[in-house]
Amino acid sequence: MSVHPTPSGWSEVSFEDRMALVDFRLSSRAHITVDGDACRGCTTKACVTACPANLFVPVSDGSIVFNYEQCFECGTCYLVCDESGAITWTYPDGGHGVVFHKS
Amino acid sequence: MSKPDRPQGAPAGTKRIPTPTEPDVDVIVVGAGPAGAAAALVLARAGRSVYLLERGPFPGSKNMYGGVIYGRILDTLIPRWWEEAPVQRWVTRRATMVMTPTQALTIDYRTAAWGEAPYNGATAFRPDFDAWLADHAVAAGATLVPSTTAVGLLRGDRGQIVGVQTDRPDGDLTARLVIACDGVNSFLAKEAGLYHHPEAEHFTLGAKEVLALPRDEIEKRFGLRGLEGADFEIIGCTPGIAGGGFIYTNLESVAVGVVLSLEDLKRSGKRPEELIAGLKAHPAVAPLVEGAELTEYSAHLIPEAGLHMMPELYGPGMLVAGDAGAFCLAAGIWLEGVNFAIGSGKVAGEVAVQALRAGDTSATFLGRYQDALTDTFALADHIKLQGAPALVMSDNVQRRYPELVCSLVESLFTVTNPTPKKGALRLAREAAKGSGVRLRDLARDGWAALRSYG
Repeated sequence: MSVHPTPSGWSEVSFEDRMALVDFRLSSRAHITVDGDACRGCTTKACVTACPANLFVPVSDGSIVFNYEQCFECGTCYLVCDESGAITWTYPDGGHGVVFHKS
Repeated sequence: MSKPDRPQGAPAGTKRIPTPTEPDVDVIVVGAGPAGAAAALVLARAGRSVYLLERGPFPGSKNMYGGVIYGRILDTLIPRWWEEAPVQRWVTRRATMVMTPTQALTIDYRTAAWGEAPYNGATAFRPDFDAWLADHAVAAGATLVPSTTAVGLLRGDRGQIVGVQTDRPDGDLTARLVIACDGVNSFLAKEAGLYHHPEAEHFTLGAKEVLALPRDEIEKRFGLRGLEGADFEIIGCTPGIAGGGFIYTNLESVAVGVVLSLEDLKRSGKRPEELIAGLKAHPAVAPLVEGAELTEYSAHLIPEAGLHMMPELYGPGMLVAGDAGAFCLAAGIWLEGVNFAIGSGKVAGEVAVQALRAGDTSATFLGRYQDALTDTFALADHIKLQGAPALVMSDNVQRRYPELVCSLVESLFTVTNPTPKKGALRLAREAAKGSGVRLRDLARDGWAALRSYG
């Protein structure tokens, strides 16, 4: 990912570095699943830009690939989703997922 | 019972069981945030057995805000709480900024009174603060059950809620009453059929960066001493998206974030972190945060629409409090959440105590929860301010009025010699015209504001 220079000269960290600062306790179960086939017919694909963790990646066949591991569990994706049933959303198993410390 | 047999990634739903004659516990409180902790504290002090479920490894671990905790409601629960609560700074400087991309008008209020007990508001890290409040519930006798996700409901013979399914082995827990404090997404309130307005238009996304700065540097940049703190609330900083921004000081970090209408975020194609970067680059903000090192990035939904999105707050065997019940006040000049969570959780706990004493947890009895809430700020403020969220998120308040006031103030203070000064009224007319504000809009919004805030 690129580093964005700001007007005052200091630089934003890359998105990977931004997410690497967050404590995620990985579960073996994917708490969110995305039905890529349902996404193929979607013209908005709002999840791709709206997800604050940038976890929805559009791929060349028109579907979406999703990685649950660095998820804030916020709920934005299922609320902005236009394709009924494309996103199956649950909380991670207890004790897993994001752990904030300075929020 | 064994671990609920649900398909991977699917909500568990509701399981019917024979109504237990001897449930595991009097009350299950789901979610150990400020609402759940307050409810559990009240119940435990009344001698009731309580399980306080928390899906994170510790209370507060899933929570973020943006970010002042107002203390008066705590006075009633924990006398002299300020001597022990894990706060970062006491807010003594409250600023409201109205912005355009290149301008900013700031109303900047400071008072020494807020820097002394009993204090008005504080900044805090929620993982510290929420854990502290939950500790009080535990000290009073509640049983904290961390790392446990409530994945569904248990209903008894007559359909009343008699417990929850959890993701633990032997995970079903039964109770006489369940209090859902399971946050903004409240799958329990939805599963119970109480949640009728889950549409995206009622929610905003909050995204926040915590930026490390040395303590003396924060004091210099924000003009603070000791434990004094600053809270800036901003409107006009999210171009094309209804919402706002905030900056507040912790002891050794500054939090900067944006609040974004989900519908507008969706339409705009912009990314949350880009909007934070835009706010940080604004000429009125950059000097406050530049050079600071990012230490944590976080995001969370906010129930923005107040009364208009509020679920039914009670059902047979269930009460709903905190963000789960949309007890979060997003009314522009007032932005409050943790106090509303505590306030609603406290009332839920009190009504639960009454219901247990009466041996009646029917919806009819629990209806007094709504009445009791109406007698206190938690619901009364939402009723009074029901028009405020829509007004604050309107295009006029978001864009045209900031442009209007900034261009008016700029024209007032721009010295145009040798051209003679124009009168203030003429400048106001020109500014209104330039920003596309119609007099009848101003009158209508002024009336709406008066009805809400007056």
